Amino acid sequence: MSDIADRVKKIVVEHLGVEPEKVIDSANFIDDLGADSLDTVELVMAFEEEFSVEIPDDAAETIRTVGDAVSFLEKKAA
Amino acid sequence: MFNLTGKSALVTGATGGIGGAVAKALHAQGAQVAISGTRREALEALATELGNRVHIVPANLSDRDSVEALIPAAEAALGQVDILVNNAGVTRDNLFMRMKDEEWETVLRVNLEAAFRLSRAVIKGMMKRRWGRIVSVTSVIGTTGNAGQANYAASKAGLIGMSKSLAQEVASRNITVNCIAPGFIATPMTDVLNEKQREGILTKVPMARLGTPEDIAAAAVYLASDEAAYLTGQTLHINGGMTMI
Repeated sequence: MSDIADRVKKIVVEHLGVEPEKVIDSANFIDDLGADSLDTVELVMAFEEEFSVEIPDDAAETIRTVGDAVSFLEKKAA
Repeated sequence: MFNLTGKSALVTGATGGIGGAVAKALHAQGAQVAISGTRREALEALATELGNRVHIVPANLSDRDSVEALIPAAEAALGQVDILVNNAGVTRDNLFMRMKDEEWETVLRVNLEAAFRLSRAVIKGMMKRRWGRIVSVTSVIGTTGNAGQANYAASKAGLIGMSKSLAQEVASRNITVNCIAPGFIATPMTDVLNEKQREGILTKVPMARLGTPEDIAAAAVYLASDEAAYLTGQTLHINGGMTMI
Protein backbone atom coordinates (compact mmCIF):
# COMPACT_ATOMS: atom_id res chain seq x y z
CA MET A 1 0.00 0.00 0.00
CA SER A 2 1.34 3.41 -0.94
CA ASP A 3 2.17 6.13 1.51
CA ILE A 4 -0.67 8.22 0.09
CA ALA A 5 -3.14 5.38 0.63
CA ASP A 6 -1.99 5.03 4.23
CA ARG A 7 -2.49 8.70 4.93
CA VAL A 8 -5.90 8.76 3.25
CA LYS A 9 -7.00 5.74 5.26
CA LYS A 10 -5.82 7.31 8.50
CA ILE A 11 -7.80 10.50 7.82
CA VAL A 12 -10.94 8.52 6.99
CA VAL A 13 -10.64 6.35 10.10
CA GLU A 14 -10.10 9.36 12.34
CA HIS A 15 -12.74 11.53 10.79
CA LEU A 16 -15.55 9.01 10.45
CA GLY A 17 -14.66 6.95 13.49
CA VAL A 18 -14.88 3.66 11.55
CA GLU A 19 -12.96 0.38 11.87
CA PRO A 20 -9.73 0.46 9.82
CA GLU A 21 -10.72 -2.91 8.25
CA LYS A 22 -13.75 -1.27 6.65
CA VAL A 23 -11.68 1.40 4.94
CA ILE A 24 -10.93 -0.53 1.75
CA ASP A 25 -10.51 0.94 -1.73
CA SER A 26 -14.05 0.07 -2.80
CA ALA A 27 -15.66 1.52 0.35
CA ASN A 28 -18.10 4.31 -0.52
CA PHE A 29 -17.93 7.12 2.04
CA ILE A 30 -21.69 7.56 2.24
CA ASP A 31 -23.08 4.06 1.55
CA ASP A 32 -20.44 1.96 3.29
CA LEU A 33 -18.84 4.22 5.88
CA GLY A 34 -21.88 6.16 7.11
CA ALA A 35 -20.72 9.62 6.10
CA ASP A 36 -23.22 12.41 5.54
CA SER A 37 -22.83 15.15 2.94
CA LEU A 38 -21.12 17.42 5.44
CA ASP A 39 -18.61 14.65 6.29
CA THR A 40 -17.66 14.32 2.63
CA VAL A 41 -16.97 18.07 2.44
CA GLU A 42 -14.89 17.83 5.60
CA LEU A 43 -12.95 14.83 4.25
CA VAL A 44 -12.09 16.76 1.11
CA MET A 45 -10.95 19.68 3.29
CA ALA A 46 -8.82 17.30 5.35
CA PHE A 47 -7.25 15.81 2.20
CA GLU A 48 -6.50 19.30 0.92
CA GLU A 49 -4.74 20.12 4.14
CA GLU A 50 -2.83 16.87 4.50
CA PHE A 51 -1.57 16.87 0.93
CA SER A 52 -1.35 20.65 0.41
CA VAL A 53 -3.45 20.47 -2.73
CA GLU A 54 -6.58 22.17 -3.88
CA ILE A 55 -9.51 19.96 -4.82
CA PRO A 56 -12.04 21.88 -6.90
CA ASP A 57 -15.77 21.21 -6.42
CA ASP A 58 -16.18 19.31 -9.69
CA ALA A 59 -13.30 17.01 -8.78
CA ALA A 60 -14.59 16.59 -5.22
CA GLU A 61 -17.88 15.31 -6.62
CA THR A 62 -16.07 12.41 -8.32
CA ILE A 63 -14.44 11.28 -5.08
CA ARG A 64 -16.98 8.82 -3.75
CA THR A 65 -14.84 5.95 -2.49
CA VAL A 66 -11.58 5.57 -0.61
CA GLY A 67 -9.99 4.38 -3.85
CA ASP A 68 -11.25 7.46 -5.71
CA ALA A 69 -9.51 9.66 -3.15
CA VAL A 70 -6.27 7.69 -3.28
CA SER A 71 -6.06 7.69 -7.08
CA PHE A 72 -6.96 11.38 -7.30
CA LEU A 73 -4.26 12.31 -4.80
CA GLU A 74 -1.70 9.98 -6.38
CA LYS A 75 -2.31 11.68 -9.73
CA LYS A 76 -1.90 15.09 -8.11
CA ALA A 77 1.35 14.02 -6.48
CA ALA A 78 2.76 12.52 -9.66
CA MET B 1 -23.01 31.33 33.28
CA PHE B 2 -22.24 33.00 29.93
CA ASN B 3 -18.49 32.90 30.47
CA LEU B 4 -16.68 33.57 27.18
CA THR B 5 -13.13 33.31 28.47
CA GLY B 6 -10.89 31.73 25.83
CA LYS B 7 -13.33 32.51 23.01
CA SER B 8 -12.54 34.87 20.14
CA ALA B 9 -15.20 37.06 18.59
CA LEU B 10 -15.41 39.27 15.51
CA VAL B 11 -18.01 42.04 15.58
CA THR B 12 -18.76 43.99 12.39
CA GLY B 13 -20.15 47.49 12.57
CA ALA B 14 -18.55 47.89 15.98
CA THR B 15 -18.51 51.67 15.66
CA GLY B 16 -22.30 51.78 15.70
CA GLY B 17 -24.44 51.99 18.82
CA ILE B 18 -25.45 48.33 18.87
CA GLY B 19 -22.16 46.93 17.54
CA GLY B 20 -20.15 48.82 20.14
CA ALA B 21 -22.36 47.56 22.95
CA VAL B 22 -22.12 43.99 21.65
CA ALA B 23 -18.31 44.18 21.49
CA LYS B 24 -18.15 45.55 25.04
CA ALA B 25 -20.51 42.92 26.39
CA LEU B 26 -18.66 39.98 24.78
CA HIS B 27 -15.39 41.46 26.05
CA ALA B 28 -16.81 41.86 29.56
CA GLN B 29 -17.64 38.13 29.59
CA GLY B 30 -14.00 37.35 28.91
CA ALA B 31 -13.86 37.04 25.13
CA GLN B 32 -11.04 38.35 23.02
CA VAL B 33 -12.66 40.62 20.43
CA ALA B 34 -11.80 41.94 16.99
CA ILE B 35 -13.76 45.06 16.18
CA SER B 36 -14.50 46.05 12.61
CA GLY B 37 -15.94 49.13 11.00
CA THR B 38 -15.13 51.82 8.47
CA ARG B 39 -14.12 54.58 10.90
CA ARG B 40 -10.67 53.90 12.26
CA GLU B 41 -10.71 56.65 14.91
CA ALA B 42 -13.95 55.35 16.38
CA LEU B 43 -12.50 51.83 16.45
CA GLU B 44 -9.40 53.10 18.17
CA ALA B 45 -11.46 54.93 20.78
CA LEU B 46 -13.40 51.74 21.50
CA ALA B 47 -10.19 49.70 21.66
CA THR B 48 -8.71 52.17 24.15
CA GLU B 49 -11.84 51.90 26.28
CA LEU B 50 -11.67 48.10 26.28
CA GLY B 51 -7.96 47.94 27.02
CA ASN B 52 -6.59 44.44 26.53
CA ARG B 53 -7.91 41.46 24.52
CA VAL B 54 -8.99 43.75 21.67
CA HIS B 55 -7.91 44.05 18.02
CA ILE B 56 -8.86 46.54 15.33
CA VAL B 57 -9.69 45.14 11.88
CA PRO B 58 -11.09 47.94 9.72
CA ALA B 59 -13.22 46.96 6.72
CA ASN B 60 -15.60 48.50 4.25
CA LEU B 61 -18.30 45.89 3.73
CA SER B 62 -19.62 47.54 0.58
CA ASP B 63 -16.32 46.57 -1.05
CA ARG B 64 -15.95 42.88 -1.94
CA ASP B 65 -12.17 42.80 -1.65
CA SER B 66 -12.42 44.36 1.77
CA VAL B 67 -14.99 41.72 2.81
CA GLU B 68 -12.79 38.87 1.55
CA ALA B 69 -9.82 40.26 3.49
CA LEU B 70 -11.66 40.66 6.79
CA ILE B 71 -11.75 37.06 8.08
CA PRO B 72 -8.08 36.39 7.28
CA ALA B 73 -7.23 39.64 9.09
CA ALA B 74 -9.39 38.70 12.08
CA GLU B 75 -7.91 35.19 12.21
CA ALA B 76 -4.41 36.63 12.08
CA ALA B 77 -5.25 38.91 15.02
CA LEU B 78 -7.31 36.48 17.09
CA GLY B 79 -5.84 33.11 16.15
CA GLN B 80 -9.32 31.89 15.22
CA VAL B 81 -12.88 33.19 15.05
CA ASP B 82 -15.23 31.27 17.36
CA ILE B 83 -18.00 33.85 17.38
CA LEU B 84 -19.02 35.97 14.39
CA VAL B 85 -21.46 38.81 14.93
CA ASN B 86 -22.80 40.13 11.63
CA ASN B 87 -23.97 43.47 12.92
CA ALA B 88 -22.96 45.96 10.24
CA GLY B 89 -25.90 47.44 8.42
CA VAL B 90 -26.83 50.48 6.38
CA THR B 91 -30.07 52.12 5.28
CA ARG B 92 -30.86 53.90 2.02
CA ASP B 93 -34.54 54.66 2.53
CA ASN B 94 -36.78 55.60 -0.35
CA LEU B 95 -40.29 54.94 -1.52
CA PHE B 96 -40.40 51.82 -3.65
CA MET B 97 -41.41 53.61 -6.83
CA ARG B 98 -38.48 55.98 -6.51
CA MET B 99 -35.86 53.52 -5.27
CA LYS B 100 -32.68 53.57 -7.32
CA ASP B 101 -30.83 50.39 -8.28
CA GLU B 102 -27.87 51.69 -6.37
CA GLU B 103 -29.88 52.14 -3.16
CA TRP B 104 -31.13 48.59 -3.46
CA GLU B 105 -27.71 47.15 -4.27
CA THR B 106 -25.81 48.98 -1.54
CA VAL B 107 -28.14 47.81 1.21
CA LEU B 108 -28.24 44.21 -0.02
CA ARG B 109 -24.46 44.12 -0.46
CA VAL B 110 -23.60 45.38 3.02
CA ASN B 111 -26.43 43.86 5.03
CA LEU B 112 -26.83 40.48 3.35
CA GLU B 113 -24.03 39.63 0.94
CA ALA B 114 -21.23 40.60 3.32
CA ALA B 115 -22.82 38.43 6.02
CA PHE B 116 -22.91 35.52 3.56
CA ARG B 117 -19.26 35.92 2.62
CA LEU B 118 -18.06 36.39 6.19
CA SER B 119 -20.09 33.43 7.44
CA ARG B 120 -18.76 31.24 4.62
CA ALA B 121 -15.21 32.23 5.49
CA VAL B 122 -15.50 31.41 9.22
CA ILE B 123 -17.50 28.22 8.92
CA LYS B 124 -14.60 25.99 7.81
CA GLY B 125 -12.63 26.64 10.98
CA MET B 126 -15.73 26.24 13.13
CA MET B 127 -16.48 22.87 11.49
CA LYS B 128 -12.97 21.66 12.22
CA ARG B 129 -13.12 22.78 15.83
CA ARG B 130 -16.66 21.47 16.28
CA TRP B 131 -17.79 24.70 17.89
CA GLY B 132 -19.01 28.01 16.56
CA ARG B 133 -21.54 30.79 16.95
CA ILE B 134 -22.85 33.02 14.21
CA VAL B 135 -25.18 35.80 15.31
CA SER B 136 -26.68 38.20 12.80
CA VAL B 137 -28.38 41.39 13.80
CA THR B 138 -31.53 41.76 11.72
CA SER B 139 -34.51 43.97 12.47
CA VAL B 140 -38.19 43.85 13.32
CA ILE B 141 -38.56 45.39 9.85
CA GLY B 142 -37.36 42.11 8.32
CA THR B 143 -40.54 40.51 9.64
CA THR B 144 -43.08 43.32 9.44
CA GLY B 145 -41.81 45.35 6.47
CA ASN B 146 -41.80 49.13 6.57
CA ALA B 147 -42.88 51.76 4.08
CA GLY B 148 -39.80 53.33 2.53
CA GLN B 149 -37.51 50.45 3.48
CA ALA B 150 -38.09 47.72 0.89
CA ASN B 151 -34.34 47.28 0.43
CA TYR B 152 -33.60 47.17 4.15
CA ALA B 153 -36.54 44.83 4.87
CA ALA B 154 -35.44 42.49 2.06
CA SER B 155 -31.88 42.38 3.39
CA LYS B 156 -32.99 41.62 6.94
CA ALA B 157 -35.56 39.00 5.91
CA GLY B 158 -32.82 37.51 3.73
CA LEU B 159 -30.49 37.24 6.69
CA ILE B 160 -33.13 35.35 8.64
CA GLY B 161 -33.69 32.85 5.80
CA MET B 162 -29.97 32.43 5.23
CA SER B 163 -29.38 31.81 8.94
CA LYS B 164 -32.10 29.15 9.13
CA SER B 165 -30.58 27.29 6.17
CA LEU B 166 -27.03 27.45 7.45
CA ALA B 167 -28.24 26.46 10.93
CA GLN B 168 -29.61 23.21 9.49
CA GLU B 169 -26.40 22.43 7.63
CA VAL B 170 -24.01 22.82 10.54
CA ALA B 171 -26.07 21.94 13.63
CA SER B 172 -24.44 18.52 13.91
CA ARG B 173 -21.07 20.22 14.36
CA ASN B 174 -22.12 22.24 17.42
CA ILE B 175 -22.33 25.42 15.42
CA THR B 176 -25.38 27.55 16.04
CA VAL B 177 -26.65 30.27 13.73
CA ASN B 178 -29.19 32.74 15.08
CA CYS B 179 -30.52 36.24 14.61
CA ILE B 180 -31.38 39.10 16.90
CA ALA B 181 -34.13 41.38 15.63
CA PRO B 182 -34.09 44.71 17.45
CA GLY B 183 -37.06 47.03 17.46
CA PHE B 184 -36.49 50.74 18.01
CA ILE B 185 -33.20 51.18 19.84
CA ALA B 186 -31.73 54.48 21.04
CA THR B 187 -28.67 54.89 18.78
CA PRO B 188 -27.32 57.63 16.52
CA MET B 189 -29.60 56.08 13.86
CA THR B 190 -32.73 56.91 15.87
CA ASP B 191 -31.42 60.19 17.35
CA VAL B 192 -32.47 61.87 14.12
CA LEU B 193 -36.14 61.29 14.95
CA ASN B 194 -38.01 64.37 16.16
CA GLU B 195 -40.12 64.39 19.33
CA LYS B 196 -43.35 63.78 17.45
CA GLN B 197 -41.94 60.79 15.54
CA ARG B 198 -40.55 59.41 18.76
CA GLU B 199 -43.92 59.71 20.52
CA GLY B 200 -45.59 58.07 17.53
CA ILE B 201 -43.27 55.09 17.80
CA LEU B 202 -43.68 54.80 21.55
CA THR B 203 -47.46 54.48 21.30
CA LYS B 204 -46.77 51.15 19.56
CA VAL B 205 -44.30 49.91 22.15
CA PRO B 206 -45.95 48.36 25.25
CA MET B 207 -42.72 48.93 27.17
CA ALA B 208 -43.16 52.68 26.41
CA ARG B 209 -39.46 53.34 25.88
CA LEU B 210 -36.87 52.91 23.19
CA GLY B 211 -34.58 49.93 23.68
CA THR B 212 -30.93 50.38 24.60
CA PRO B 213 -27.92 48.91 22.81
CA GLU B 214 -27.31 46.95 26.02
CA ASP B 215 -30.71 45.27 25.66
CA ILE B 216 -29.42 43.85 22.37
CA ALA B 217 -25.90 43.11 23.63
CA ALA B 218 -27.29 40.89 26.40
CA ALA B 219 -28.91 38.67 23.79
CA ALA B 220 -25.67 38.49 21.82
CA VAL B 221 -23.84 37.31 24.94
CA TYR B 222 -26.43 34.61 25.50
CA LEU B 223 -26.42 33.41 21.88
CA ALA B 224 -22.61 33.33 21.87
CA SER B 225 -22.39 31.31 25.07
CA ASP B 226 -22.14 27.58 25.71
CA GLU B 227 -25.46 27.86 27.52
CA ALA B 228 -27.26 28.58 24.22
CA ALA B 229 -25.99 25.32 22.68
CA TYR B 230 -29.51 24.00 21.94
CA LEU B 231 -30.80 27.19 20.31
CA THR B 232 -30.31 27.44 16.56
CA GLY B 233 -32.05 28.85 13.51
CA GLN B 234 -34.00 31.24 15.71
CA THR B 235 -34.61 34.95 15.81
CA LEU B 236 -34.81 36.69 19.17
CA HIS B 237 -37.12 39.68 18.86
CA ILE B 238 -36.09 42.42 21.26
CA ASN B 239 -38.54 45.23 20.73
CA GLY B 240 -40.30 46.05 24.00
CA GLY B 241 -43.31 44.08 22.85
CA MET B 242 -43.84 46.22 19.73
CA THR B 243 -44.35 43.13 17.58
CA MET B 244 -45.04 39.74 19.13
CA ILE B 245 -44.13 36.91 16.79
